[in-house]
Amino acid sequence: MNPNPPAPVIEVKGLTCGYGRAVILQDVSFVVHPGEVLFVIGGSGCGKSTLLRCLIGLLKPLQGDIAYFGKSFTAADATQRREILKTFGVIYQSNALWSSMTLAENVSLPLEEHTSLSRPDREEIVTLKLAQVGLSGSEELYPAELSGGMKKRAALARALALDPAIVFFDEPSEGLDPITSREMDRLIRQVRDVLGTTMIIVSHQLSSIFRLADRVLVLERAAKGIIAEGKPADLAAHSPDPRVRDFLIQDLSLAKTSGQPFAA
Amino acid sequence: MTGNLRLPVADTGENAPTARLEAATTGGDCVVKVGGDWRLNRMVPSWEKLLAKHSPARVSVVPEELGKWDTSLLLFLVHGRAWCAQANRAFVIAALPENLQTLLSQVPVVGSSGTKTGTSPKSVRQLAETWGTDVGKRVGENISFIGECTMGFAGVLRNPRRFRWMDCLVEMQHCWSSSLPIVSLVSFLVGVILAFQAAIQLEQYGAAVFVADLVGLSVVREMGPMMAAVIMAGGIGAAFAAQLGNMKVDEEIDALETLGISTVVFLAVPRLLALTVMMPILALYANVLGILGGMFVSATMLSIPASAYWVETQNRVGPWDVGSGVIKSVFFGLVIGLSGCLRGMKCERSAAGVGKATTSAVVTGILWIVIADAVFALVFNVLGI
Repeated sequence: MNPNPPAPVIEVKGLTCGYGRAVILQDVSFVVHPGEVLFVIGGSGCGKSTLLRCLIGLLKPLQGDIAYFGKSFTAADATQRREILKTFGVIYQSNALWSSMTLAENVSLPLEEHTSLSRPDREEIVTLKLAQVGLSGSEELYPAELSGGMKKRAALARALALDPAIVFFDEPSEGLDPITSREMDRLIRQVRDVLGTTMIIVSHQLSSIFRLADRVLVLERAAKGIIAEGKPADLAAHSPDPRVRDFLIQDLSLAKTSGQPFAA
Repeated sequence: MTGNLRLPVADTGENAPTARLEAATTGGDCVVKVGGDWRLNRMVPSWEKLLAKHSPARVSVVPEELGKWDTSLLLFLVHGRAWCAQANRAFVIAALPENLQTLLSQVPVVGSSGTKTGTSPKSVRQLAETWGTDVGKRVGENISFIGECTMGFAGVLRNPRRFRWMDCLVEMQHCWSSSLPIVSLVSFLVGVILAFQAAIQLEQYGAAVFVADLVGLSVVREMGPMMAAVIMAGGIGAAFAAQLGNMKVDEEIDALETLGISTVVFLAVPRLLALTVMMPILALYANVLGILGGMFVSATMLSIPASAYWVETQNRVGPWDVGSGVIKSVFFGLVIGLSGCLRGMKCERSAAGVGKATTSAVVTGILWIVIADAVFALVFNVLGI
């Protein structure tokens, strides 16, 4: 065992979040290490997206603290917050590409906002980023002209524009066919291996979880928090909690819910 | 020969990283040492400047105390590779970190100015062809849409039970309720303005009572239907385009089509019928408010009693004057509805597309209102109405 583990890139302490009086997650704590691929999983309504929205600053926590590289994100002032926001990229479920802009403009916008690079340099970086995700030559296309898989890759290129240390994904394989989904997983793995980027992925896709995850956090609606964390294979085989095992089981015949009708 | 290049510093903060570059040429080999921290927020160093005094046969890039790096170093290497390719020199990066080599291998080699492939500007002939095709396509779309709507109306007449009457009633209610306040205000003020303008001229001849004739005729034949139509084009026509455009973006129209439902009959015909019915009613309402505006000015400024004004209006404005305005307003309603529905249903699948469709619906609607009004004026003149 490493006596001096690297300092965590994200440290969540006693996080409570929700909407109005409805508390979705209560007293959640966990850390994410550099270069780690962490999946956040759980049933519908368990708070995965709420946790993600808190982590990326779209939802203010009711209590607790989120720290990036040892600096509090929750208590940060506007300048510190802007600096922290530069350290991560986000890929939304709907991709959230700006529909009135070309792919080049989509990828270039973070560079325009956060760097003082010249226009030709920005254009070249855009070309590099699009090449990295396999979209060379698509600079002048609009999001509406892309397939689902291409949109995901374009969203990844935009998220990587500023070379972030952390990338958040909300359902990266949503709506993709198995081959495109596998290709997306390969891309995520490649980015992590080559750039050492930390990845936080909210997903239901079991195949992606087993292909990519270094660790998973399992959220549960009734518990309003984390009920298990660990390597996916270990949790599927040895978790003492049957809810966790059932969630991670890939063989349909072994699932607790198998054989039941779809609608009672 | 040795050349040092210190990178221009864009960051002025105390923690600004420092990237280092050093080029040394021995024989035909040039070794470029890269070190320090490389961050995006600075200019990418130029190979032309770095190797200005060197003419090597081979360029090797090696790390020397290389710290953190990002795309700025990758971009520098891409430029170097392109520079060497253009100058027909070997470019060696074997000593660099493996992940950096992997990233560089992912970027295709194209020319010396990076990997961007430009598109050649179009010739005038190509532009004219594109424009012609575009106009042709639009005209075809319009004709096809008008044809579909006509068939839709015919279908309603053949089988009125299958028509979505409730949708139509909701649209009629929407047309009425959302337009009434603004139509009231504008029509009344138009009557006031016409009365003032007429009074200035007619009072000079002691014919102030004929203000009623001028206001009455102008309002019922032209201004009432026209102003109501312009307001409806800005409000209802735009709303139709925005509603249908959003439905197109959210694939709701696709869903209807895949269910085998005619989108024109389902979405456009109820709206067109609602607007065609409501437009003459609003035009009549605008006529009344316009005449009231004129009456108000006459009674308060010109000392013409309201009863005298009303009698004069009744004497001058005949049923055909009112009828011609109503006939026009039916066509105005159709034109506004067609523009709104067509632009909405042909909207591009983006937020900007919805904006463009909405603007286009209003502009097209008003343009066709004016054209139709001019045609009606000519026809009525020929017929002596």
